[in-house]
Amino acid sequence: MTVPGTERSHAPDLSRVLSAFSSRAEEPPGPIQLLTPEGTLVHHPDDTPGYDPLRLRAFYRDMVMARSIDTEATALQRQGELGLWPPLAGQEAAQIGSAHALRADDYAFPSYREHGVAWCRGVDPVDVVRLYRGVTNGGWDPREKNFHLYTLVVGSHALHATGYAMGLAKRGSGAAAIAYFGDGATSEGDVAEAFTFAAVHDAPVVFFCQNNQWAISEPVERQLRGPLYRRAAGFGFPGVQVDGNDVLAVHAVTEAALEHARTGNGPFFIEASTYRMGAHTTSDDPTRYRRAAELDEWRAKDPIDRVRTHLAEAGHATQEFFDDVATEGAELALRIRRQVRTMPDPDRTEVFGHVYADGHPLVDEERAQFAAYQASFADQEVK
Amino acid sequence: MSTESMTLARALNQSLRKALEDDPQVLVMGEDVGRLGGVFRVTEGLQKDFSEERVMDSPLAESGIVGTAIGLALNGYRPVVEIQFDGFVFPAYDQIVTQLAKVHARSRGMLTMPVVIRIPYGGGIGAVEHHSDSPEALFAHVAGLRVVSPSNAADAYWMLQQAIRSDDPVIFFEPKRRYWDTAEVDRAVPPVDLHRADVVRRGTDVTLVAYGPMVKVCLEAAEAAAEEGRSLEVIDLRSVSPVDFDTVQASVERTRRLVVVHEAPVFFGAGAEIAARITTRCFYHLEAPVLRVGGYHAPYPPARLEEEYLPGLDRVLDAVDRSLGY
Ligand SMILES: Cc1ncc(C[n+]2csc(CCOP(=O)(O)OP(=O)(O)O)c2C)c(N)n1
Ligand SMILES: [Mg+2]
Repeated sequence: MTVPGTERSHAPDLSRVLSAFSSRAEEPPGPIQLLTPEGTLVHHPDDTPGYDPLRLRAFYRDMVMARSIDTEATALQRQGELGLWPPLAGQEAAQIGSAHALRADDYAFPSYREHGVAWCRGVDPVDVVRLYRGVTNGGWDPREKNFHLYTLVVGSHALHATGYAMGLAKRGSGAAAIAYFGDGATSEGDVAEAFTFAAVHDAPVVFFCQNNQWAISEPVERQLRGPLYRRAAGFGFPGVQVDGNDVLAVHAVTEAALEHARTGNGPFFIEASTYRMGAHTTSDDPTRYRRAAELDEWRAKDPIDRVRTHLAEAGHATQEFFDDVATEGAELALRIRRQVRTMPDPDRTEVFGHVYADGHPLVDEERAQFAAYQASFADQEVK
Repeated sequence: MSTESMTLARALNQSLRKALEDDPQVLVMGEDVGRLGGVFRVTEGLQKDFSEERVMDSPLAESGIVGTAIGLALNGYRPVVEIQFDGFVFPAYDQIVTQLAKVHARSRGMLTMPVVIRIPYGGGIGAVEHHSDSPEALFAHVAGLRVVSPSNAADAYWMLQQAIRSDDPVIFFEPKRRYWDTAEVDRAVPPVDLHRADVVRRGTDVTLVAYGPMVKVCLEAAEAAAEEGRSLEVIDLRSVSPVDFDTVQASVERTRRLVVVHEAPVFFGAGAEIAARITTRCFYHLEAPVLRVGGYHAPYPPARLEEEYLPGLDRVLDAVDRSLGY
């Protein structure tokens, strides 16, 4: 670690760092980090991959927006407007850093907490909130955003991302797929099978695991013994661990991993070490299973604070910039609140909508019965 | 006094506690069942009182949970596993259908599979996708599995005791929207057979058959019908495999009319089997075809539509009217 504005020390060519990291037999010194929790660059700015004040301000803005969406949605759930909300608080750098590394033609497969990635893919947060209000089981056009629908069955979509990537390679598209999942998900058979398929097909897919240390009440030690990122080596592809609360490092690593995949080198695994600061979902009470001290430890590593500190101390952002971003976040929250409060319920016959692409006589019959049954109440009301 | 008022969830908790006390071979395992006590708190306090050796937080892998339960059963244990929600049993479906259900038959009776799989099921709690399904027919269709579902706290307590003592695999469906309903539980009375249906309300005009969450709806329907001078008999089936056809038959021979009610989709559901068998057994007694009320041939809808999707009092009474109209 060095002090800001320090002399040029060693020049970390990221791809060299990554390959050295993934082939090390012994334990690595720790996750890849470029910006410390204190807001200090680990290397000289010129030697920090992807370092650019303009881009760092964009990361900052999107992390603040993600937190604003999250805070508002959590409040709306508490007020009874949503059925459920899985908060992303604490995971902003992992999501914003990785999503910024994606190109428009890359395709992302989220689990259920990737509200920050959704934001970066241009999905209206109101559409994400719509899902958790219980209005729809989808919410957006996946192909318009190259952002698949949320998958609630843990781990399932790792295979979909792999298959999608196999298709990208077959078509010679030069794009990559990315699958987002948690530490708990790595225990599911589907995820192991995804690793296998991706490896033997050299599929251009990046497995982006947000190790937020918990799967509901189970700490990561209940899922595996030994470092998570090392699992990839057993399947025959590289895996690295990155400080998931360091948006610069996450971005640089994901960019390198995507490039690795796009250029025909097969899959890549990223373990982003982060922390779920909130409850698993609004139905959960984490005080039942984890220590407050652990929360304090991670609060000191907040992903947004360190960027703010750095931008301010390096003179890359003015107070006016921070104020503008805060205002924008508040306006976004207000828009979400207004639109959720006035969101209409779906039409009742939506139950029968789109069950089959080519129609089905039973669905038609039941829809007609349902409509007649509903109409019988309408008659009664008229009488 | 052995009678105590408790919620259905608490009754299950007490039943597991009793099983762990009575038999050192009983193990409890599943996601979040230990420290947290399960997402519905059914296993609350069990790990603290019976150790991490006997109440195990498993890795997030349903195939692993059921597959290792099979191995533990082969080694003399009696695992009671929890699948967190109905929609998440499917990664384990292969283990359940191709292995668990068939070990006894393949070994020509030399090996038994005393495994209980507890699954909170059904809708009505405003949940997100995969948290409201009723997949019981997918298990009842498989020979070798016993499939049961209590409707109230007393049955929950006793049926779980019986399921754990059974040497066959039992799929134990818990009506999640009834977890917080309270009833008297008498821990001294000897229970009726696990697979016997229970006539929970006597009546003369139409028989309603239901199980799990829909029993309460049918009892409410019977109450409403009584105000209009109609006498409905309500049978709590309790067991979906095997089905106590004798109890249903005896009732239908008196009322001559049958309506089967479940949350699960009607198409190829438990009601289809009951309708077919009862029609065969009671052909000359029936005044009307057996009618079914249940879910539609559509994925379980988002929460804002579940009230329309779930069979409620009105749809049950509508079927009663139609039955009486023949
Ligand atoms: C197949 C399956 N099993 C169980 C669940 C219930 N469940 C939802 S989230 C979760 C924990 C997931 O933990 P992790 O993969 O670490 O992701 P995180 O929630 O921490 O982001 C569980 C057990 C599920 N959704 N799908
Ligand atoms: Mg996690």
